[in-house]
Amino acid sequence: MTLRFFLRAIFLSLAMALSAPVLAQSGADPKPLIDALAKADFSEAERLIGEIAATGDARAVPTLEAFSEGDLYVRKADGLVFIGKAGEDGLDLIEPITGVSAGKTLKSALTKIKINNNLRRVISSAAGGLTLLSPDRSVRLAAANAVLSSPSAENLDLVETALAKETDPEVKARMTEARAVSVLSSDRSVDEKRDAIRTIKTIGGNDALSILSAVSGSIDASLKGDLDAALAALQSKQKLWDMAQNVWYGLSLGSVLLLAAIGLAITFGVMGIINMAHGEMVMLGAYSTFMVQDLIRDHAPSLFDWSLAIALPVAFLVTGAVGLVIERAVIRFLYGRPLETLLATWGVSLILQQTIRSIFGPTNQEVGNPSWMSGSFPVGGMTITWNRMWIIVFSLTIFFTLLVVMKKSAYGLSMRAVTQNRRMASSMGIRTPWVDALTFALGSGIAGIAGVALSQIDNVSPNLGQSYIIDSFMVVVFGGVGNLWGTLVGALSLGVLNKFLEPSVGAVLGKILVLVLIILFIQKRPRGLFALKGRAVEA
Amino acid sequence: MISGFIFRALEGKIIVAIAMLLGIAALVPALNLLTAPDSALHIPTYAMSLFGKYLCYALLALALDLVWGYCGILSLGHGAFFALGGYAMGMYLMRQIGPRGVYGNPVLPDFMVFLNYKELPWFWYGMDWFVVAIAMVLLVPGLLAFVFGWFAFRSRVNGVYLSIITQAMTYALMLAFFRNDMGFGGNNGLTDFKDILGFQVQADGTRAVLFALSAIVLALCLLISSAIVRSKFGKVLVGVRDAESRVRFLGFRVENIKLFTFVVSAMMAGIAGALFVPQVGIINPGEFAPANSIEIVVWTAVGGRGTLIGPIIGAVLVNAGKSFFTGAFPEFWLYALGSLFIFVTLFLPRGIVGTVQHGFKAREAMKAATDAENGRADVGTVAQTVQAAE
Repeated sequence: MTLRFFLRAIFLSLAMALSAPVLAQSGADPKPLIDALAKADFSEAERLIGEIAATGDARAVPTLEAFSEGDLYVRKADGLVFIGKAGEDGLDLIEPITGVSAGKTLKSALTKIKINNNLRRVISSAAGGLTLLSPDRSVRLAAANAVLSSPSAENLDLVETALAKETDPEVKARMTEARAVSVLSSDRSVDEKRDAIRTIKTIGGNDALSILSAVSGSIDASLKGDLDAALAALQSKQKLWDMAQNVWYGLSLGSVLLLAAIGLAITFGVMGIINMAHGEMVMLGAYSTFMVQDLIRDHAPSLFDWSLAIALPVAFLVTGAVGLVIERAVIRFLYGRPLETLLATWGVSLILQQTIRSIFGPTNQEVGNPSWMSGSFPVGGMTITWNRMWIIVFSLTIFFTLLVVMKKSAYGLSMRAVTQNRRMASSMGIRTPWVDALTFALGSGIAGIAGVALSQIDNVSPNLGQSYIIDSFMVVVFGGVGNLWGTLVGALSLGVLNKFLEPSVGAVLGKILVLVLIILFIQKRPRGLFALKGRAVEA
Repeated sequence: MISGFIFRALEGKIIVAIAMLLGIAALVPALNLLTAPDSALHIPTYAMSLFGKYLCYALLALALDLVWGYCGILSLGHGAFFALGGYAMGMYLMRQIGPRGVYGNPVLPDFMVFLNYKELPWFWYGMDWFVVAIAMVLLVPGLLAFVFGWFAFRSRVNGVYLSIITQAMTYALMLAFFRNDMGFGGNNGLTDFKDILGFQVQADGTRAVLFALSAIVLALCLLISSAIVRSKFGKVLVGVRDAESRVRFLGFRVENIKLFTFVVSAMMAGIAGALFVPQVGIINPGEFAPANSIEIVVWTAVGGRGTLIGPIIGAVLVNAGKSFFTGAFPEFWLYALGSLFIFVTLFLPRGIVGTVQHGFKAREAMKAATDAENGRADVGTVAQTVQAAE
């Protein structure tokens, strides 16, 4: 059977506290016990199952499962018990314990052993205990973890038996912890419990904290001091980890802001266009991802894990091209009139939104996560999800790539020249209209790439862009217009600030406070965190 | 002499506009109430309410024009002042419901009973008096504008930065008013009004009065704006718009000039909101949405910023277009609005009224030039006229 079944069985077993009186007499043969099931009534069967579990023989597990599923039969001829699986004609019989096939029989030659829900519970708990002794390492580890997460005194003997036999260091460590947890809820001696508290303390994290605080009410007075000390130590450690987790969440939010704002840092920050259609570029990027995934699903499902890598250049080209058209058709007439670019690009954004709505409909489109972006892994006392992790990596990569393009390439040089002094650049032979068009296309293209990443964590709908536009402007203005580093620092610090305000005041109020703080900050430094110096910026 | 003539003509136009508004204020309700429903002259109530809504929007656009068109402050947060005025009126109307709500609580409005409020939040006290409510309609937007402007103008936040932080302001307010804990009805806002000053809100007569009031208040605000703009102060205002540093160097306190205009404008927006709410019967946090504030900008731009009549015409035209399109081709409205934004900024930067006015001035200038050629006017006036045209 699968690992999943064992896990489920274990959880069930531990949830039902009163189940399976486990006796510590292992080594007996479960076969006669199983045969005895043939004549047992429900209460007798319950006792027998307990005894089977007490043998500690993991080979009995498939039989117990078959019993639970109603696949256990008695052969009328000799009164022996078999597992019956439905075959082509009649039933395929399998011998318990050995698992050897015992030929086919018609259903009429067999009597089914009756089962009820109470027995099913007893069985699942027994099977759970038995898995601690399973020959499969991963099954034992899972069983130990399950005991750890819901301890009960009944399992103690079994855990100790398993621990004595265990050789694998990792499983052994986990079982030691599991034993300590079980000891605390048993009636063992005070010294043993003190050791147990020490062991649990080393586990650390919220698990240890909740185990210890759960027993704090019922524990001996003589252990109170030890317990409280352990709790305090764990709590202070946990506080640090919570802080780290908050910083992580903040960085994660900050990287999302950075992604959304980075294209705007070019179109607004560098070119001075109040690009209200920026959010729609992000949206177009997200829809490009959707289209790419749609095509891959239909034509090459095996490539699905590569869909984001394929979507990146597609999104860049699509949004870059749209940006180029917008620049040539509308924005080039409006240089030097920033407030009017605001109106015109807002108009563009309405048209783009409605276009997408007309084509794809107003509902959310489903964009899938490739396998390498789902799941999470623990670091100390915090959990890190892969998609957040990749988005941070991704946004920083884009940022630094862009920085290199701006600072080191010939194109970046002419771009900076045009934005600093258009006429001078023009007289030096730079084709300023082309630089303008390409810069706007670059900013739009980067917004599109951001859309690919944001499609992984947000709903892909025609309104996707709207939710990012104000935040993006806040980041750019806060960081300082025309300064890419400012955008980076602005995005990350706003993200972290937001996440630190959230636990105390709530998400919405936290966001409001951040907005108010930005408004106040702008009063203090009207040109943002990293203002460009010099007379050129003074309008 | 000729410039004086132009001014007199302009002044005449304002008087004509005011007279027309007053005429509308008298005529439309009269046609609604006094004519038979099947008469050709009859104006149905829904049409009157709709037009009354446009008049509120027109007032809002006029308020924005005062700061944007004459003072160069592009506020993307005027929707917030409008909504605050609306909420103040809404609170009064909520208190007037009294025990007639679904839960029948004589003091607490329905949503508060629903949200388990035990007593009225302090800021709802006194809102059952009309006078207090009207005071709040003026004071709350005015105070917000004052505090906001005080900080912003003093530290010389201007241009794009100001636009963006005003947008942040209305966005923050929207998020705040969406919260149930704020005590303003959260998501659903305030609605289900019954009475205003003892008259039924839904009744034809009340609606007619509200319509007339909207037109009269709009006329009044037009007069005030015109007085501000035409005064010496108004000249400085335009100076601030066109060359802020120069005006500052001449010794004017630019921040105070801006602050005064901003506060007056916010109050007008608040009044517009207060007139709007009883006519549409609801106010909710959606009114704070940044997109709404941007839409106001486009009404003003379409009509012509820097003219007083322009925003009124722009607001009425765009909103009439909106009502038509959203009814007839709902898919098409955003395309139309988006194209309007682009078209106006690219081809009609002066707006409708501004372009017409500019055309008149250009013709005057041409005539003056021809006159000068024929030796009938002195060179000075010609130069003046040409300059005015430019």
